[in-house]
Amino acid sequence: MPKEEVIVVGGGVVGAAIAFGVARAGASVTLLDQGDIADRASRGNFGLVWIQSKGHGFPRYARWCREAIDYWKPLATELMALTGVDVDLRQPGGFWIGFSDAEMRAREAMLEGLKNTGPGVPYQMLDHAELKARLPAIGPKVAGGSWCPLDGHVNPLKLLHALHAGLKALNAQVFSSVDVSEVRHRPAGGFVVKSADGRTWSGARVVLAAGLGNKRLAAQVGLHAPVEPNRGQVLITERLKPFLPYPTNKARQTAEGTVQLGYSVEDVGFDDGTTVSAIESIAKRAVATFPILSDVRLVRAWGALRVMTPDGHPIYQESTSCPGAFVTTSHSGVSLAGTHAYVVGPWVAGLGPAPDAIEEFAGDRYLDPSRSFSNAH
Amino acid sequence: MPTETNGLASPLFSSDDAERSCSVTLQFEGQTLTVPAGATVAAALLLRGAAPFRTTPVTSAPRAPYCMMGVCFECLVEVDGKPGRQACLTTVRDGMVIRRQLGASALASPGEGDTDER
Repeated sequence: MPKEEVIVVGGGVVGAAIAFGVARAGASVTLLDQGDIADRASRGNFGLVWIQSKGHGFPRYARWCREAIDYWKPLATELMALTGVDVDLRQPGGFWIGFSDAEMRAREAMLEGLKNTGPGVPYQMLDHAELKARLPAIGPKVAGGSWCPLDGHVNPLKLLHALHAGLKALNAQVFSSVDVSEVRHRPAGGFVVKSADGRTWSGARVVLAAGLGNKRLAAQVGLHAPVEPNRGQVLITERLKPFLPYPTNKARQTAEGTVQLGYSVEDVGFDDGTTVSAIESIAKRAVATFPILSDVRLVRAWGALRVMTPDGHPIYQESTSCPGAFVTTSHSGVSLAGTHAYVVGPWVAGLGPAPDAIEEFAGDRYLDPSRSFSNAH
Repeated sequence: MPTETNGLASPLFSSDDAERSCSVTLQFEGQTLTVPAGATVAAALLLRGAAPFRTTPVTSAPRAPYCMMGVCFECLVEVDGKPGRQACLTTVRDGMVIRRQLGASALASPGEGDTDER
């Protein structure tokens, strides 16, 4: 194995996008993927490519998210050319749906604050009649909504597939069913990564993108990544003729016609199951939003675990005590996929500059006793 | 496979017992069929050679029942105007009107039946 090997731990959308970026930047990359037993948020998420509401109170993150939106089309185009996989990217703009005047006022205050900090995300508040003119399917209980022309959605399963196919096309080494238990910094430099079943890999650099597994692994190389699971349940309807040309925050119609409905926010540890009460509340909200869904059949429901930090924002950091070790974690692995491939990949490979002010994303921020954090989803 | 006609082909299955209990009359694509009481729509239509039951939403491929136990969703038909019903989980009833499920389920027009008073 070449000395300059970059080892990426974690083959979900975050790790696979970063590894893809490392490979296309010209470095040799090995991706270690835990396999089907992983708590894989990449296989359970909602698929929004979303900007409105991201980065409130954190201007650097707002800018990070804004740039990610523009990286998406190049990424989808490149993956299509390289792998033949169409990830169904659509960026027609998107709607948030509100059910009360209080919700609408809080939304407007948040979006106005966001507009005046960071990159200035454009938005428009719409009352019921204005929203109905754009989304005729909304029901009488909808108070209104917010519109952002930059929002969109994608098929997250096809994205994960395309990234792995792209890695193969770029001759990256991908090992599956690798349960990484140990990451060791060698005194002379470089890293040895060991799996629970005793296999080892060595490389000059190591990138931890192991989702909820990052908490344990980061500590082994002098990094702090206090991530916790947060469950979301989602529903999928039967395939329907197109009726919803835009994604909304809790309902989107996929390219094949199914409607994905979300979502719950639950603190239940590592339980990724489903509950009748959450399914009922998601379905009721969906029917209140779009009454024509009342007769539609649901075909699947599932739970998946978000990878949440104390403030809900990502962590990107290189270790000072173990140079060449990086931790990367984000709850928005789909929205940020282009940035992870085109910016984070070259940086962690040592082939591109560190993104400006990247230190604002350091996990050490959670150790500052003078700061407090909230990750209300 | 009779994909271009509403007519019925020679059935793949027959049942002497079932023929003796034929007492339910329903409509399939405008044709009147007499079928066994208590049978599922899928079983009844198969006895009468009614394939395909549906075409797929993405490629319009013709499909017919496969699992007969509610799992595969290949037997979808429109029952009394309601799209996307699983024929293998629906019991026949006198006067039932059944049509093939062609492509994705249609929804009522947005706003239809929606009084929209706020």
